[in-house]
Amino acid sequence: MTKAIQTGPAPARTEGTDNREGGHGAAVRVDGVGIRFGSFHAVDGITLDIAAGEFLCLLGPSGCGKSTLLSALAGFVRPFEGALTVDGQPVTGPDPDLGMVFQSSEALFDWLTVRQNVAFGPRMRGRSRAEQSELADEYLGLVGLRHCADRFPGQLSGGMRQRVQIARVLANQPRVVLMDEPFGALDAQTRQVMQEEMARIWQASGCTVVFVTHDIEEAILLADRVAVMTAGPAASVKSVYPVDLPRPRDEDDPAALDLRRSLRQDIGEEVRKALRDQGLDEGPDQGLDQGLDPEETS
Amino acid sequence: MTTVTVAAPPKPRAERRAVRGLRAAGLYTVSVLVGLGVWQLLALHYGPSLVASPHETLTAAGDLAADGTLTNSIIASSRRILIGWGLGLLVGVPAGLLVGQIKVVRQLLEPYIEFFRFIPPVAFVTLAVVWLGIGESSKVVLIFYTSVFIVILNTSAGVMSVGESKLRAAASLGASRGQILRGIVLPSTVPHIVTGARLAMGNSFLTIVSAEIVAAQVGLGSLIWTSRNYGRIDWVFVGIITLGILGFVFDRVLRIAASRVLRRYGVKL
Repeated sequence: MTKAIQTGPAPARTEGTDNREGGHGAAVRVDGVGIRFGSFHAVDGITLDIAAGEFLCLLGPSGCGKSTLLSALAGFVRPFEGALTVDGQPVTGPDPDLGMVFQSSEALFDWLTVRQNVAFGPRMRGRSRAEQSELADEYLGLVGLRHCADRFPGQLSGGMRQRVQIARVLANQPRVVLMDEPFGALDAQTRQVMQEEMARIWQASGCTVVFVTHDIEEAILLADRVAVMTAGPAASVKSVYPVDLPRPRDEDDPAALDLRRSLRQDIGEEVRKALRDQGLDEGPDQGLDQGLDPEETS
Repeated sequence: MTTVTVAAPPKPRAERRAVRGLRAAGLYTVSVLVGLGVWQLLALHYGPSLVASPHETLTAAGDLAADGTLTNSIIASSRRILIGWGLGLLVGVPAGLLVGQIKVVRQLLEPYIEFFRFIPPVAFVTLAVVWLGIGESSKVVLIFYTSVFIVILNTSAGVMSVGESKLRAAASLGASRGQILRGIVLPSTVPHIVTGARLAMGNSFLTIVSAEIVAAQVGLGSLIWTSRNYGRIDWVFVGIITLGILGFVFDRVLRIAASRVLRRYGVKL
C-alpha cells in the first residue's frame, strides 16, 4: 500500500515526463492557512508545498473547503491566518500569473466571441491587436477549437466551453493554473476526453496546476500528487499520495490499484465522518462501505 | 410572397418561415377586424354622442389631418416623449450602474428611489407648471421623471445580477476596476437596460396625456382635453387611437433596434 507522505515537495519526475517545453511554472507554498467566513471556519491549518510545474490534485468530499482554498490561492479570498506564496511572493489579490478555470462556463463572457474571450487577458495587458489574435489562435489551437474562434460561447457544447475557459487562462501565460472541478458538469464520455487532453495541455504548457476534484479516477489520471482533504468545517489535509505512474496514463493500469484503494478508504472515512456529524450515519459497516468499495468487499 | 405550399414534405426553411409569417399576419388581421366590428356595434347601440363609430373617427381624423392639427399634435407629443425619455436614459443608465456597483451610492439613493417610485407623475403636474411655467420644459420634466426611476431600478438590478464568476475571471485575467465596469458589468447589464427603456417608454405614454392637461397648445393629450370642451367625442377618439398606434410603433422600433444589439447576448425580445 502506498503510504501517505505529508506535505513535502514532489519527488523529481524520472519517468521521462520532463519533455515539456515551458518550465515557467511557479512553486506554490501554502503555510498554515486558515480561512474563516465570520465565525465559520472553512479551512484550518493547511500546509502544502507544490513544486514548480507540478500537477497537484486536491481531492475531498463535497463541501470540504477545496474550492475555498483554491479561491484563496487565486486571491479572491483573503486567508484569516497563515501565508500563501507563489515563488516566494505573497498572494495579495487576483493576479494574471494565477489563472483560474471555473467549475461553470458561466465564467465565460457571452457577449464576446470565442477568440475575443481567449484574447481578453492579453487585451487587458495592452498587447497589440495582432498579438492578441495571434495568442488567441495559438491557444485555441492547443485546445482544438480554432475552427470555433468566431462563434459565441452560447453556441458551443459544455465540453467546448470548458476548453475555451482553459485556452483563455493559458493565453494569459500564467505560472499557476487553478482549476475548480472544471469537468464536473460534463457527461462521462466528454469528461474522459477532456481529462486526456488536460494531461497533454499541461505537459505542453509547463504550468503548475492545482486541480480540485471529488473524482478519484480523475485525480489518478492527472496528478503528480493527490492531497486528500478532511471533511469540513475546519478542513485540513488528511494525507498526500504521490502518483508514480507513467504518462500517458491508463485507467486500467493495475499499478493504480493500491493507490485507488487507499484514496477510497481515506475519502470513505471522511464522508462517514461528515455524515455522522450531520446525524445521517447508517452504522459503521453498512451502505457506504459497500457503495464506495466493491472491490474490497468481494 | 407567392409561395404557394405544394405538397412537398421537406419544406425549405425560408418557406416555412414565410408560411409562419403569413399565418401571424392573418391572425393579426382577423383580430383587428373583430375589434372594429365590436366597436361599430357599440357605436350603433349608444349613438354618436357617446361613441364615435370607426367611420366617424376616420372622417374626423381626416378633418384634423387636413388643417394640420393631427400632424402637429403627433410631432409635439413625440418630441416631448423622446426628449424626456432620452434624458431619462441618459441619467438613469449611469446612475443605475453606480447604484448597482457602489454600495454607498446605493444606500444613499435608495430611500429616494423607493419614495418617488410610488408618486405618479400626475401628482406633480401642478408643481411642474408652477415651477417651470407653461412651456415645453414642464412636460419634458414630467416625462423624464416617469422614465428615470424605472431605468435606474432595472439597470442596478442588472448590475447586481452579474455572475460572481465573470467578475472574478476578469479580475484574475488582469482587468482593473474600470476595465471590469466597462468590459464586463456594462455589457452583461445591457438586456436589463433595454427592459428598463421599454418600460420607461410605456410610462412616458401614460404620462404624456396628464402632462398636457394644463396649458399645452398642441399635443395628443391637449387634443383630447380640448375636444372635451367642444363636446367633440369623435376628436377624443382620434386622439386616443393615435396615441395607441404611436405607442405601438415606438415600441416596435425600439424592439427591433434592441434585438439587433441583443442578438449576440442571447436575449430574445
